[in-house]
Order: sequence, then structure tokens, then C-alpha cells
Amino acid sequence: MKAKIHITLKPGVLDPQGKAIEGALRGLGFDTVSDVRQGKEIVLTLDETDEAAARAKAEEMCKKLLANPVMENYAIEITA
Amino acid sequence: MKPSVIVFPASNCDRDAAAALEMATGKKPRMVWHGDSELPDTDFIVLPGGFSYGDYLRAGAMAARSPIMRAVVEKARDGTPVLGICNGFQILCEAGLLPGALLRNAGLDFVCRTVALRVENSQSLFTSGFAQGQYVNFPVAHHDGNYFADAETLNRLEGEGRVAFRYVDNPNGSARDIAGVLNEAGNVLGMMPHPERAISPLLGGVDGAAFFRGLLEAA
Repeated sequence: MKAKIHITLKPGVLDPQGKAIEGALRGLGFDTVSDVRQGKEIVLTLDETDEAAARAKAEEMCKKLLANPVMENYAIEITA
Repeated sequence: MKPSVIVFPASNCDRDAAAALEMATGKKPRMVWHGDSELPDTDFIVLPGGFSYGDYLRAGAMAARSPIMRAVVEKARDGTPVLGICNGFQILCEAGLLPGALLRNAGLDFVCRTVALRVENSQSLFTSGFAQGQYVNFPVAHHDGNYFADAETLNRLEGEGRVAFRYVDNPNGSARDIAGVLNEAGNVLGMMPHPERAISPLLGGVDGAAFFRGLLEAA
């Protein structure tokens, strides 16, 4: 199975990179843009063949390493 | 004192920390590689500054899960003093030895200059070389030094006297100007500024030498 893990800063956590990107977009004339937030995506392949098992494994990875619960949220997408 | 300095791939203040410890204690600290799983006989551990593992994933995230950190966490829980400077502070937060996290600097810039700090708690074993409310000057050099924790955690840190240092002029957006925090037991200190880079007039300051002398006297 493949797992796509989206990691985003929690709402309310200052995202200076998002702000800088927003400033650059506005500089290019995209003046309708607001609330830019930057996250990251981690893609990995698991030997597990069962979706629930793969999800449980990815969840454990997020808790132990991939996301920092102090400042980040994560969402997991499992595909074949 | 039997100090040791943990060396991670891309630590870059490990030798500065060793020099500061040697100046204060007269003994060369043991340098311990991150891949080792056991610590030597030690009663003071420093996690130095740098960019361990290239700051991959999050600053300090990979280092906090390296083999030696299991031993460091165990020692810290048993009461051995652990000092994390800059990247070392980030590693302590990632390892769960200190609350909160260090985010990208609010101004986005890498900040590299000497800053003034106020000693908020001179009772800890790390700060006994200073007077309460004393101002000291240490260099900072970081991109991810913006201390963040939820309001409840910040209130608890302040209420329990666990803010060791505060910035006079906040360089990175840190919550409540926090530059260094202690764990609940008081034997773990994480701080973004670099006392080990202020141990000689030749380096632009001597407040760091007082910091390391204070450690020796407290030990």
C-alpha cells in the first residue's frame, strides 16, 4: 500500500513561510489571495496489504516521528 | 565534574562547548557520538548547537530519535543535568524532555548577533552564577528559534519559575520573549543563545564564562 501523509501547521500557529509566499503572490499581481499556509507531504510505500493495517502503521509513524503534535496536524491517505 | 558533549552529524558547536567546559572544569569532556547507545561515566551532558541531520524533517527531529538520545533521556529522568544549546534546545523539545517547540523565526531571517537576556531564575543549577534579574549578553545564531507552546503550558512555565532567560529585544518571535526553559525537576535547560561563544574577550564577551563557572560551582 502507499501512504500519503499531509502535515500542516495547526491553525493559529504562525507560519512565516506562508506569509512570505503570500507576499510574493501579491507582488505578482494575485491580489485576491489570503491565508496562505505551507505544509509538507510525505509519500511512502508499505509492505502491508491491508488498508487498515497500513493506516495504523502510518498513524504510528506520525506519532513517533513524522509530525510534532505541539505545532502540527496530519492527515493520512492510503491507496493501493 | 565529568562532563560529556554529544556529537551529532552536523553539530557545529560541539568543540566550542567542549572548550567552554574545559575552561571551567579544567577537564576535557568526553565527546560522545550520536550512534553510540551508551553514555560514558558522566554527570553533566551537553547537547550542542548546529544543524544535526541537516535540520531534515524538523530541526532536532532526527537527532532526538538517535540511539544515544535514549540513554540521554534515561539519564535526564534520573536527575543528571542536561544542557541543550540552540540545536540542543530543539533536540530536547523534540525528545520530550522540555515542553513546546521551536518554530521558524517570525521574521523569516536567520538571526546571527549578540543579544541581551534577562536572567529570570537565578536559583537553577544552570544559572546560579548570575543574580536574579541580571542582564547578560550571549550570541544567537539560528533560523528556528521561535519558542512556541500553548497558553496553558506557557502559564505553567512562568508560574513555576521555569523560564530561565528572556530576550530583552525579542529577535525571533518567541512566545513571551522566552530564550531558555527548564524542565519540571530543574535538571534540564534548553536555550537558544550560545553561552559557549562568549567565554573570552577575544570572542566578544565573557558572560558565557560566568555561566560555565556557575555550573561548576553548582555541581
